[in-house]
Amino acid sequence: MLHLVLFLVFGAICVAGAINLLAQTHPISSALSLVVVMASLAVEYLLLGAEFVAVVQVIVYAGAVMVLFVFVIMLLNAGREERTQGSRIATILGIPGVLAGGLLVAWALLERSDTGAVGLGSLPGYPKTIGGLLFHEFLLPFEVTSILVLIAIMGAVVLASKPGTRTPPAGKES
Amino acid sequence: MLSLPIFLVASLVKIVLVILILLTAVAYTVWLERKVVGHIQNRWGPTRVGPFGLLQPLADGIKFLVKEDLTPPHVYKPLFIAAPMIAVVCALSSIAVIPFGTTVTLLGYQIPLEITDVNTGLLVILGITSVGVYGVALAGWSSNSKYSLLGGLRASAQMVSYEICLGLSLVGVLIVAGSFSLREIVDAQRGHFWGFLPKWNILYGGQIIAFFIYLTAAYAETNRIPFDLPEAETELVAGYHTEYSAMKFAMFFMAEYANMITVACLATLLFLGGWHGPVFGPPLLQAILPVIWFVAKVFVFLFLYIWVRGTLPRFRYDQLMAFGWKFLFPLAIANVVVTALIVAYRSSL
Repeated sequence: MLHLVLFLVFGAICVAGAINLLAQTHPISSALSLVVVMASLAVEYLLLGAEFVAVVQVIVYAGAVMVLFVFVIMLLNAGREERTQGSRIATILGIPGVLAGGLLVAWALLERSDTGAVGLGSLPGYPKTIGGLLFHEFLLPFEVTSILVLIAIMGAVVLASKPGTRTPPAGKES
Repeated sequence: MLSLPIFLVASLVKIVLVILILLTAVAYTVWLERKVVGHIQNRWGPTRVGPFGLLQPLADGIKFLVKEDLTPPHVYKPLFIAAPMIAVVCALSSIAVIPFGTTVTLLGYQIPLEITDVNTGLLVILGITSVGVYGVALAGWSSNSKYSLLGGLRASAQMVSYEICLGLSLVGVLIVAGSFSLREIVDAQRGHFWGFLPKWNILYGGQIIAFFIYLTAAYAETNRIPFDLPEAETELVAGYHTEYSAMKFAMFFMAEYANMITVACLATLLFLGGWHGPVFGPPLLQAILPVIWFVAKVFVFLFLYIWVRGTLPRFRYDQLMAFGWKFLFPLAIANVVVTALIVAYRSSL
């Protein structure tokens, strides 16, 4: 009972944070709303019995990714966004489109709810089970993801280093 | 198992006690720091209030409370007020999962000496400290002053960089102990190697390297000398808390020292065997001794913090980043690989 109430409360906070993220005009406020979304998602994972995923959600998303977002916003000193009218098609089709998509996903989940779903609390946060899952059962997805991340890092390095402006590595001299 | 009312009462008492002890410890760490750094620099440190200046923290507290709380006119007010709160809440709440000793039997009830035992305790602490960065970063941004902004930027970049090394240095301990629960990690360090050497993680395989990586990264995470660039007073006035005064400034101060204590507790639990140590004497002494060992080890770490502060100069910013990414990070990864190989070899015997 308490689980359900908490789940609904944090679900509401999550949705409210997501709406606030869109409504705010200042980048920092938007980024902080996203932190709220990430944190309440972590609580939802916790309530579903996935402790490890919940804590990793906080460490990686709320703690590292969003700090970098805030860092970049601070570094660029981004000001308020300007409101534009937006496209008319988006205003007309936006909300019905989201509703239709949501209903489709909900229907698909309800249709196939008996296949491959993880039971509540069947994945306790022990390093051994997590290691077993990562390096036995889901080894291929895990390794493919790592290659994906590596490519992303290489892309970031290529984008960050402008051609022709290579400077000697700092920090070694003096 | 305890029944619900007794569990609630016990938890409440523990929460109040732990927070009180933590805040007192924070106050007296400040006193200890001023005293020790004073003696290192051939001064006396605080001497006027009370014997040996022991009441100085009390006087400081009163001073913080009655000073004028200035809010500069150009700040972004909601975040300016929220930032010190975030910092202090994150610093104080991470103590909740730290165990101080074994269970005690009180009035026939078994009560574990910690606020709560979470089976992902170590990760919870890492999570809370990673959110604590927002306090510093937002303080820097919302102050709307160049020194604060630079301090906040430095803090967020530095803390994200060193958090990776901090996390990786703990993987070795996790491999050895096979659990995220701090209580189980400490219990895995019971006993002795070859009958005399305590079976602490610091003496296991290459964990002494992990210990030094942890210590370095933790100093950087808590913004302490030699990594206190976010508040480098020679360049940034006071860094991210330049615009803060009175109690709001004190909250940042408290957060820094509470974080130091948490880091010291964690180092004790993970590498120095927690509350394990020689236990002897009458039953009452036997019950208290583990807690005394724990506090003594934490004190050693706090003293080390102060000693380092009195000894080392501050890094330059590019040196800090190069050291973190080019030296500590590869070393931490190498330590993970070597530890994994050692454990795999031992379990295959």
